[in-house]
Amino acid sequence: MEIIYLMLIVSLLIALVFLASFIWANKTGQYDDDVTPGMRILYDDEEVKEVKEVKEVKEETNKNNQINKNGSNRSKV
Amino acid sequence: MEVIEVKYDNKIVKYFAYATIFWGVIGMLVGLVAALQLAFPDFFNDYLGYKLISFGRIRPLHTNAVIFAFVGNAIFTGVYYSMQRLLKTRMWSDKLSYINFWGWQLIIVSAVITLPMGFTSTKEYAELEWPIDIAIAVMWVIFGWNMFATILVRRVKHIYTAIWFYLATFVTVAVLHIFNSFEVPVHFMKSYSWYSGVQDALVQWWYGHNAVAFFLTTPFLGLMYYFVPKAANRPIYSYKLSIIHFWALIFIYIWAGPHHLLYSSLPDWAQSLGVVFSIMLIAPSWGGMLNGLLTLRGVWDKVRDSAVLKFFVVALTAYGMATFEGPLLSLKNINSLTHFTDWTIAHVHVGGLGWNGMLAFGMLYYLFPRLFKTELYSKSLANAHFWIATFGIVLWAIPMYWAGFSQGLMWQEFNPDGTLANPDFLTTVTALKPFYIMRSFGGLIYIIGVLLMGYNLIKTAKKEHLLTMRWLK
Repeated sequence: MEIIYLMLIVSLLIALVFLASFIWANKTGQYDDDVTPGMRILYDDEEVKEVKEVKEVKEETNKNNQINKNGSNRSKV
Repeated sequence: MEVIEVKYDNKIVKYFAYATIFWGVIGMLVGLVAALQLAFPDFFNDYLGYKLISFGRIRPLHTNAVIFAFVGNAIFTGVYYSMQRLLKTRMWSDKLSYINFWGWQLIIVSAVITLPMGFTSTKEYAELEWPIDIAIAVMWVIFGWNMFATILVRRVKHIYTAIWFYLATFVTVAVLHIFNSFEVPVHFMKSYSWYSGVQDALVQWWYGHNAVAFFLTTPFLGLMYYFVPKAANRPIYSYKLSIIHFWALIFIYIWAGPHHLLYSSLPDWAQSLGVVFSIMLIAPSWGGMLNGLLTLRGVWDKVRDSAVLKFFVVALTAYGMATFEGPLLSLKNINSLTHFTDWTIAHVHVGGLGWNGMLAFGMLYYLFPRLFKTELYSKSLANAHFWIATFGIVLWAIPMYWAGFSQGLMWQEFNPDGTLANPDFLTTVTALKPFYIMRSFGGLIYIIGVLLMGYNLIKTAKKEHLLTMRWLK
């Protein structure tokens, strides 16, 4: 049953990859919020309009666009 | 302020959706032919006598077509649709998407040609010969490459559970396919496995069981976690449970393969190991099933009106039944009755027709109106499909359970003097003929349902075309 060594190594390697990604997910805060991700997927159908701020723009114009931005900004939530 | 518009690639989703319907019909029709051959062997063997459609060649064509063509394309349909929306970005590379599409269809076509011609590696669910194996590995890696890159350029921080299921699918299927397909080519279209004897069997079922686990289960669970909440317009019952479900499932699933080799020359400890892990699988499987069903808490009235949700409810119920039955079948005492009988076939089809079929149909009914920005052509036709399909599954499964039970009992029946009551194997086969006929009928009904769906969805797609034509005038 030498094959068992190959299978164990490969299976354990896959398991280690998953374990590493589990630790990564925890450390980077993927699972800090375990309620809202379930709700957020319900609002994803429209095409995305990402609004990028251009630094030179004055604060006033920013404020004017605030409502607009809140409506459509989907960058890195 | 600079506004960047992100357009999702809906065309690739449409392509895969059409392919799902097309190969679904083909794969199931081939299954029907195989079922009829068992019911009427004389007609097929003596009267027709075509080598190309003999049972030994048609059966692997059926399994490959429904698993890798029907379910495979359904996976790609759902993944390409949901991933773009969950990650709020278009697929990383359109080129890779379309290479994935056409490459996968070419692989299927090559299977349709080579399997009836008798080219086979003889490994279950891995019958395709070595050049096709290489093509599968390349296409799979292209799919994974595109997926990983899309995740890297995502516009949301959180990776939704469904994506994790897709990732696990990609990684595990890639590794298992490659390791199980290590083979020595003798010439073009013939090869022998790298491993030998029982060691080969163990690798084969390490792969084989995970074809079920990571091709028919985890990707569809990912789809379930996306499409059930979307169709019900309710968040998943417990997002926390979905996280636990995922991690528990993937760490356990890969060890369950040896339960396919009970009572074989595989060392006893390895058989028992497979059994223990199979029993442990009940917990995450049922956690996932309940999570899906409980999502409908408070919106069961919607199930009454929506064909999509009806399909999902039956799919989840079938998943629950199959994942409870599976561990039971892996117990040695139960397995002693069911091993090699038609019970196994019944078990697989509760999963295939119920879980995969119904979930794919529900998903397609959900997708088409959205992809073509119109209403479904006929809701009553969709409801009719639902009832026909459910009825078909019942008519398919009950005769096969019955057949498996009788078969197992007949094999174990002894005369008082200790001789076998059915020494002639053929008597235990001919006794099952009525069940094979009933099963074929159930399958026929199920296919009629799929044809109704194809008609309904193509009409839906054409409706959009008419609308735009009118708008242009």
